[in-house]
Amino acid sequence: MRGKKGKQTGKLVRDWAMLAAIVIFVAILIVVFPEKKGPVTTTAWDFFLEMIMILPAVMVLMGLFSVFISRELVVKYLGKTSGTKGIFVAILFGALPTGPLYVAFPLASALIKKGASISNIVIFLSAWACIKIPQEMVELQFLGFGFMATRLILTIILVAAMGFFIERVVEWGDKKMNKSKKGEENNAGI
Amino acid sequence: MSLTAVFINVFALSCLFFAVFKNKEKTKKSLIVAAKSLLRILPVVLIIVILIGLLLGFIPPEKISQFIGEQSGLIGIVIIAMVGAVLHIPALVSFPLAASLLKSGASISAVAAFITTLTMIGTVTLPLEIKELGKKMAFLRNGISFVIAIVIALIMGAVL
Repeated sequence: MRGKKGKQTGKLVRDWAMLAAIVIFVAILIVVFPEKKGPVTTTAWDFFLEMIMILPAVMVLMGLFSVFISRELVVKYLGKTSGTKGIFVAILFGALPTGPLYVAFPLASALIKKGASISNIVIFLSAWACIKIPQEMVELQFLGFGFMATRLILTIILVAAMGFFIERVVEWGDKKMNKSKKGEENNAGI
Repeated sequence: MSLTAVFINVFALSCLFFAVFKNKEKTKKSLIVAAKSLLRILPVVLIIVILIGLLLGFIPPEKISQFIGEQSGLIGIVIIAMVGAVLHIPALVSFPLAASLLKSGASISAVAAFITTLTMIGTVTLPLEIKELGKKMAFLRNGISFVIAIVIALIMGAVL
């Protein structure tokens, strides 16, 4: 726990240091090219305003979901559902903002051990990576409804297809491995 | 304030209201988590915003559209998809960056490919993914995700 905290503080310090370096760099650039001062500062300010109008709300949503939806709940629902219902549950739980991707991998591995299907896990992971509700909101803000909705629908369809494909490949590989293992055992028996 | 921003804030406030109603302690905890993550992402947001200013202020749109514009075709899309796959920036700030690329002459396909590989493919998290799920699943997922990103990009370019 302390290690994680130390790492986070380190990252925060690094990010602020990088920001300071970039500010200095830009200040020098603007001194060298004074005619660029207007376009650079107005663009940066416009984008900053657009971001800061939604950022606190997005963070509140992420905070709420991460506290209210426990890991146990995810495991409980994802571990046993399958089929079409499984796809929807996997996308839904993946889409809820409950933490960064590196939290999802151990969770996925635990779910596979509990008997969740490979396709659901792949769909769950991909949804976790790219169909997060707060992400969609920021996408809506900056790229518009048409872009966001089209990309979302295409992603869901293709990710579901990928889930089933990977499941086939993994199962096919396992079968082959089991067969060759059995063969070896038989040989040893003889 | 744009309509979208109003909608997002209203949605967050209603969730917050509902949460207070359900469990005060947990809501308080959520808000602390939110404040901490806001503090954590703030420098990254400022960095991206400044980079966007530099991008739009210094690099002429013709240059950007030459590499990832309409006429750059499939090669431009594949290149920007690779950039997205390798880069490790928080998804939340990738959208303003994408919007600025779009503004300065990138095609819709290129921007869609960039965002999709950026979020779906994790080169930095790949070692962890391999450790937890095995080489086969990790490589399959990331590899197919790349193909998916290209397909999404091409369809979006055709539809929008």
